[in-house]
Amino acid sequence: MRQCEVEILDAKNKEKLLLLDKVEPSATILDIKSMFHKSNQRWYPARQSLCLDPKGKPLKDEDVLHQLPVGTTATFYFRDLGSQISWRTVFLTECIGPLFIYLMFYFRVPFIYAPKYDFTTSKHWVVHLACLCHSFHYVKRILETLFVHRFCQGTMPLRNIFKNCLYYWCFAVWMAYYINHPLYTPPYYGEQQVKTALGIFVFCQLGSFSIHITLRNLKPPGSKTKKIPYPTKNPFTWIFALVSCPNYTYEVGSWLGFTVMTQCVPVAFFTIVGFIQMTMWAKGKHRSYLREFKEYPTLRSPILPFVL
Amino acid sequence: MASGEEDGAVEEKETNNKKKRTKSAIATAWLTFYNIAMTAGWLVLALAMARYYLQKGTHKGVYRSIARTLKFFQTFAVLEVGHCAIGIVRTSVIVTGVQVCSRIFMVWFITNSIRQVQNQESVILFLVVWTVTEITRYSFYTFKLLNHLPYFIKWARYNLFIVMYPLGVIGELMTIYAALPYVRRSGMYSLRLPNKYNVSFDYYYFLIIVMLSYIPLFPQLYFHMLRQRRRVLHGEVIVEKDE
Repeated sequence: MRQCEVEILDAKNKEKLLLLDKVEPSATILDIKSMFHKSNQRWYPARQSLCLDPKGKPLKDEDVLHQLPVGTTATFYFRDLGSQISWRTVFLTECIGPLFIYLMFYFRVPFIYAPKYDFTTSKHWVVHLACLCHSFHYVKRILETLFVHRFCQGTMPLRNIFKNCLYYWCFAVWMAYYINHPLYTPPYYGEQQVKTALGIFVFCQLGSFSIHITLRNLKPPGSKTKKIPYPTKNPFTWIFALVSCPNYTYEVGSWLGFTVMTQCVPVAFFTIVGFIQMTMWAKGKHRSYLREFKEYPTLRSPILPFVL
Repeated sequence: MASGEEDGAVEEKETNNKKKRTKSAIATAWLTFYNIAMTAGWLVLALAMARYYLQKGTHKGVYRSIARTLKFFQTFAVLEVGHCAIGIVRTSVIVTGVQVCSRIFMVWFITNSIRQVQNQESVILFLVVWTVTEITRYSFYTFKLLNHLPYFIKWARYNLFIVMYPLGVIGELMTIYAALPYVRRSGMYSLRLPNKYNVSFDYYYFLIIVMLSYIPLFPQLYFHMLRQRRRVLHGEVIVEKDE
């Protein structure tokens, strides 16, 4: 096969950054990025955005050179995406924070509440239950991040870890402070309310786990082909018939359960803000499903069946 | 959605263009009315304040006399956020939102609710600043929409703020600071534990946080205005050179 030439220009000022000759037509974008990285140590492949057009969409790592609309000399425009951090790292950090923060408030570590309450425990059993649920939720998330999730895009901009952690950690402080406060008021409808809420919470946690497992099993490791998720034998996945992103649906459900369980306004705020953000994500995912697959089931809504 | 060369496609495009032109004509008419009304409103406020001071010789009681008109016209300005949101005004929703919020906050949650600060000099300071700024701003928009912008209005719009903004901030901060002891004593707008919502809110500390938030927010708005000023005046210079 004839070999190709690859030219890499800066997307902003069009200056020539690199000329590679003798590139195999079967080379992928990732190969080209690695070659670029060799001559520019600062820009590792995850940081590079290569496009055919200075204002175009970035090419995917797995795109092959001879399948792109280029001749024997390919010109790519490079944009620096800034320092990158892996999704896994971000997820772990944003989850470990709330886990430990909540426990600090639960055990009433000094300097949070009045000194006479240091290291005391709440007399309300719902507070113990809430700690269990909150901790379980984040431990589950950490384990899923380590063993279940398959991240299609390895990295995100470094700035995001500060944004995300600020959000999760600050809300964790705000919620944990009131739930574990010595003057906490248990739910108005007492045991009934707590038991119902616990049911909702557990149901949604099981649901969320089922969805994550289903999504993982959707494609073999390393494969980047996209597939439509469908309901499986697991009843928790039957919601796929009505919703594109049931993982978000179950997440909102879990936090709704937690809100009812603790009857705490900061938790309600967290649920609402999370719901808004997840709806935006779900809508985006739903739209990309519709774009990618012509035969995508028309009955499905992004996050809430029939409604949203 | 792009229409191809199908039957009726050209007619569809013409109807769409007509719709767009009618929409922008309605938008222009509404904005012109809005800006004229707001200019008039703030002029009335300015005249009322001047008349009160000339008649009574003191600033005490000025606020009470114009309170209703002030609240009406300042609250009406919330519409401007809507204008940005639907796109008939090309300004950032966030910048407008922050400005309007801070005004609404001062009018309704400070001077309206805390009577003891209403006769402070700092209130007169920011009222005068707001009046001058708003009359300039709304008349600027009005003339711009009518395509007949006198140079002195443009000059005022892009130069007066340099002094007015900091003065206004000083007036506002001093007023909030003066309000603090009364807020603390009365415990207004505050919620204490225990309560069935399991949340607490202390208006006193909230006000302190608001005062501190001026530190990052004010420079951003100020430099935004300075950048706009440079763009407008800089653009002018280039045109003159061509001629």
